[in-house]
Amino acid sequence: MNNAPWLTILLLIPILGSVVLTFLPARTSSSLSKQVAIGFSVVTLLLGIALAIGYEPGGGYQYEEDVVWIKLFGAHYALGLDGLGLALVMLTVILTPIVMLASWNDGDHGAWGAKGFFAWILALEGLSIGVFAATDVFLFYVFFEATLIPVYFLVAGYGGPQRVKAAVKFLLYSLLGGLVMLASVVGLYVESAKTKGGPTYLVSELSKIDFGTDVGRWMFLGFFIAFAIKAPMFPVHTWLPDTAENATPGTSVLLVSVLDKIGTFGMIRFCLELFPEASRWATPVVVVLAIFSILYGAMMAIGSSNIPRLIAYSSVSHFGFIVLGIFVMNSQGLSGANLYMFNHGLSTAALFLVSGYLIRRRGSAEIGDFGGVEKVAPVLAGLFLVSGLSALSLPGLSPFVSELLVMVGAFVHSPWAASFAVLGIVLVAIYILWMYQRIMTGPVREGVVGMRDLNSREIFAVAPLLLLILVLGFFPKPLLSVINPSVDHTMSQVGTSDPKPAVTEGEAQK
Amino acid sequence: MSVLAEEGHHVPVVDPGAAGSMALPLVLVIALPAFGAAVLLLGGRLTDRWGHLLGCLTVAASFVCSVILFITILGRDASDRQVGLDLWTWFSTGDWKVQFGLLYDPLSALFLLLITGVGGLIHVYSIGYMEHDERRRRFFGYLNLFVAAMLMLVLASDYVGVFLGWEGVGLASYLLIGFWQYKPTAAAAAKKAFVINRVGDIGLSLGVGLIFATFGTTSFARVSELTSGASGGVMTAIGLLLLLAACGKSAQFPLQTWLLDAMEGPTPVSALIHAATMVTAGVYLIVRSQFIFEYTSDARLAVAVIGTITLLMGAWIGCAKDDIKKVLAGSTMSQIGYMVLAAGLGVAGYAFAIFHLLMHGFFKANMFLGAGSVMHGTNDDVDMRHYGALRKAMPVTFLTFTMGYLAIIGFPGFDGFWSKDKIIEVALTQNVWLGLCALFGAGVTGFYMTRLMLMTFFGKSRWEDGVHPHESPKVMTIPLMVLAALSLLGGLLLLNDWIVDFLSPVTGVAPHEEPPLPAVVLSVIAVLVVAVGVAIAWMVFSRRDVPRTAPTKVSVFTTAGRNELYGDAFNDAIIVGPGKRFNVGLAAFDNGFVDGGAMGTASAFRGLSGRLRLAQNGFVRSYALGLLGGAALVLLALLVVNLG
Repeated sequence: MNNAPWLTILLLIPILGSVVLTFLPARTSSSLSKQVAIGFSVVTLLLGIALAIGYEPGGGYQYEEDVVWIKLFGAHYALGLDGLGLALVMLTVILTPIVMLASWNDGDHGAWGAKGFFAWILALEGLSIGVFAATDVFLFYVFFEATLIPVYFLVAGYGGPQRVKAAVKFLLYSLLGGLVMLASVVGLYVESAKTKGGPTYLVSELSKIDFGTDVGRWMFLGFFIAFAIKAPMFPVHTWLPDTAENATPGTSVLLVSVLDKIGTFGMIRFCLELFPEASRWATPVVVVLAIFSILYGAMMAIGSSNIPRLIAYSSVSHFGFIVLGIFVMNSQGLSGANLYMFNHGLSTAALFLVSGYLIRRRGSAEIGDFGGVEKVAPVLAGLFLVSGLSALSLPGLSPFVSELLVMVGAFVHSPWAASFAVLGIVLVAIYILWMYQRIMTGPVREGVVGMRDLNSREIFAVAPLLLLILVLGFFPKPLLSVINPSVDHTMSQVGTSDPKPAVTEGEAQK
Repeated sequence: MSVLAEEGHHVPVVDPGAAGSMALPLVLVIALPAFGAAVLLLGGRLTDRWGHLLGCLTVAASFVCSVILFITILGRDASDRQVGLDLWTWFSTGDWKVQFGLLYDPLSALFLLLITGVGGLIHVYSIGYMEHDERRRRFFGYLNLFVAAMLMLVLASDYVGVFLGWEGVGLASYLLIGFWQYKPTAAAAAKKAFVINRVGDIGLSLGVGLIFATFGTTSFARVSELTSGASGGVMTAIGLLLLLAACGKSAQFPLQTWLLDAMEGPTPVSALIHAATMVTAGVYLIVRSQFIFEYTSDARLAVAVIGTITLLMGAWIGCAKDDIKKVLAGSTMSQIGYMVLAAGLGVAGYAFAIFHLLMHGFFKANMFLGAGSVMHGTNDDVDMRHYGALRKAMPVTFLTFTMGYLAIIGFPGFDGFWSKDKIIEVALTQNVWLGLCALFGAGVTGFYMTRLMLMTFFGKSRWEDGVHPHESPKVMTIPLMVLAALSLLGGLLLLNDWIVDFLSPVTGVAPHEEPPLPAVVLSVIAVLVVAVGVAIAWMVFSRRDVPRTAPTKVSVFTTAGRNELYGDAFNDAIIVGPGKRFNVGLAAFDNGFVDGGAMGTASAFRGLSGRLRLAQNGFVRSYALGLLGGAALVLLALLVVNLG
């Protein structure tokens, strides 16, 4: 099985689907094109599952491909998956068909119709797989920038009234980050060209190079700023609420659950593993920024009166936890952060999709326009509550394990860091439950009267998400078994190890 | 470093044996109600007709399992009564491995009987109480969920497992307080309970962090082996963090404000969750962590002081309220205060904390269900000023309630007499001031409970027009009778110090200490203090008519009590108000400064892009151009580098 270029096939299937959709005759009915699209995404999912089953936990990078691409730069077309990459690729292939099913009619009235909507989604899926699988910095950069195109069109063509403005804002922020990163990408070429092996962009080669303190720190900053914008962290987060407010729920899911993970994925893969010295140097500042993101995002979520904006701000808060876990650089923090990326993807997807159902029914996303929905649509209210509870990391649901690991990792790193971060668990309860209270409880408001409950397609679309959230809450082992070895690798690359507990067997006298 | 020597006694280590044949009932005890909850909540309307029966059946079966388990360990040596069962590895990273495991020992054994026994009775009672509610099936689903989570809490073998049950019961409590969601007050009370509990959870989260950082493990068995090696400061810190957690869940000062609001929930919920079981979880946590608290007298003192403050506050509130459920809620706060005080007294107090917890579970569940029965007969009125003379209209409720009343005030022979007396005795022995406060609290208890009895069941009727009080159906009164019997007979557990010996593998054996006065004398004094409280109440409320509307010209003490000692006012003034103002400011900051700053930097790009947009006659393509430009820049840079 390892001989075929499986990852290339995996990323080409959705891209092929996208091309097929584009060239379908104009008179093709929109339901047929939707079926074709979801067919491609399901095939991708099945292949993804097969690859996950064939993956050997702890076996390092697998399904590797390596073809020299641009010899002059040392750029390779190199793909491969470690545990973290596998987790995020799986997240991508799981979420795409779910988003399609949940957004079945969302693209009908957009700029390029349903066909265009689904085609862009498939293109985005393929490119995202490429981002997470790339083991060459240059290739990563190309995929990284390329993902902006489908998102731009999805937002600008299918969103709310302010969609064009939001799309441009998203683009400008991302481009800015990309440009800063580009400088570091160029820098990598320059530095690697000085080594005996000549210029290279292969991560495996670059991670062996000692860049020296100053150069390493500058290049670290270039990558870090781009990833902080992507993640997004305070103070470069403001594009996200605007974009989420105007995008369709499906687009927001792909954006926040999948694409934003590139930021935190990149921090581990490139910042930590290529520039360990610089990462340790930056740790105090990054930890403070991460805590600031946690609290700031949560406070802003409490103050939000618009549902997608609230969810977007909550993601700023959650990304703060992920970044915190990454930069405390111990097993608990890093494993927690890796796991958090996957779990946050699930829980935010559920929250965006279910609130999308709600907003579509009411024709408004303002919390103040709702009230008493539980009375008329109990299933909708129930799924909304479960999604919300997973966002607040209720034990028994998958985000709990990741948040606890990050919290404990932070505590091991510095009790102070944990003491501030932990305030996030109170704030999240306030914004989630207050939102639920205002939307779902109380007397049935005008405009909510007669609201239909969910239909079976809508339930069927989010059910797998909630099921996964529940199962992984009690049994996260399938994920941790691939994540832990990749965390070990990161830690050995960074050169840190876990501190010993204060009291060990020997010291405790009976 | 070790405090062991000065304490002069042995701190028991958790060291469970294999479950063997007990494994099946141990798993079933949790799995049955969990299964019930799943069926009822996912099954939808299909289960409407028989849902409540399934709900009762699963808890009843769970009770049978608890009894089987209990009998099994009773037949064993005292040293062989800890049973462990590792189900699977929940998660593991680095050196931290958390098992999804169960620990069954004398402490959890008693809790199992209480939760499934009293819980089962309350399930049965709810069949009648919720009969006309169209969402009854869902109510039973939530109740089952609660029972499963509470069992998880007391059976977990690891602090993280406790966390699962801890928040699980919090969720069930949230769902049930807000069960009548269409009432805005209920929805608000539910959220408040959850959020304040989360403040307590800060303690549990950081506590888990500190325990792991200190010992490299969070399982009870491993931690209890290692605690003797840790420094006193660390142990005090862990103890205080666990105390914070306990304050949230058990409504202890300063996190008490949610409990009175929680009375918005249906009354069986108040009986089960907010009296008999969930709110005592904090006491469980402290007693379970005795291997930590035994090494820190500072944290123990903090526990005892918090308990004492709360027992007085709760009693004070109980004196001033006219809402029967809120009087009982204040009383619950107060009685849990007694338990927390006892837990803070260390080895000498742990067993009595648990003993009082069980007794309180019986008599308070009895009285809450009795209050529910009264409300059932008076069109859900809760204002005691609208009651009066109900003893004739509701004789069974009156009699059973009276048993609860006698038990809580500590009438000789009834439950509270045995359990509260013991706490007062141990408190007086260890710290006279705390002991005197506890003694005074007993007198106040006599006062407010007598006030409740007189206003509800005696005097002239002050019923609202159209209210015709009537006795509740059998399905409600039979559980009341069972609980009334338990309110009388519970004290048998203290026969020959049985409960103290039974719990000793968990709580340790206290060295004998002489109380300042002989125990019998103390008992007599306690009864006299209670009698004074009862007499005052009798003089105030029995010899004059009770006004139908609450008098407004009252002492500052009453006003303070009616306002729940200004806990909410304090929170609003110090946290909520400034928080809201801060939030408004923050929103402006985010839109103006942060976004403005970032977008200002980007405005140059925006201008550029605007021009490109014009040039391209289609702004959408401007990005493609941007990409092209980016690629060109890369090439250019590479060329420069290569050439240079």
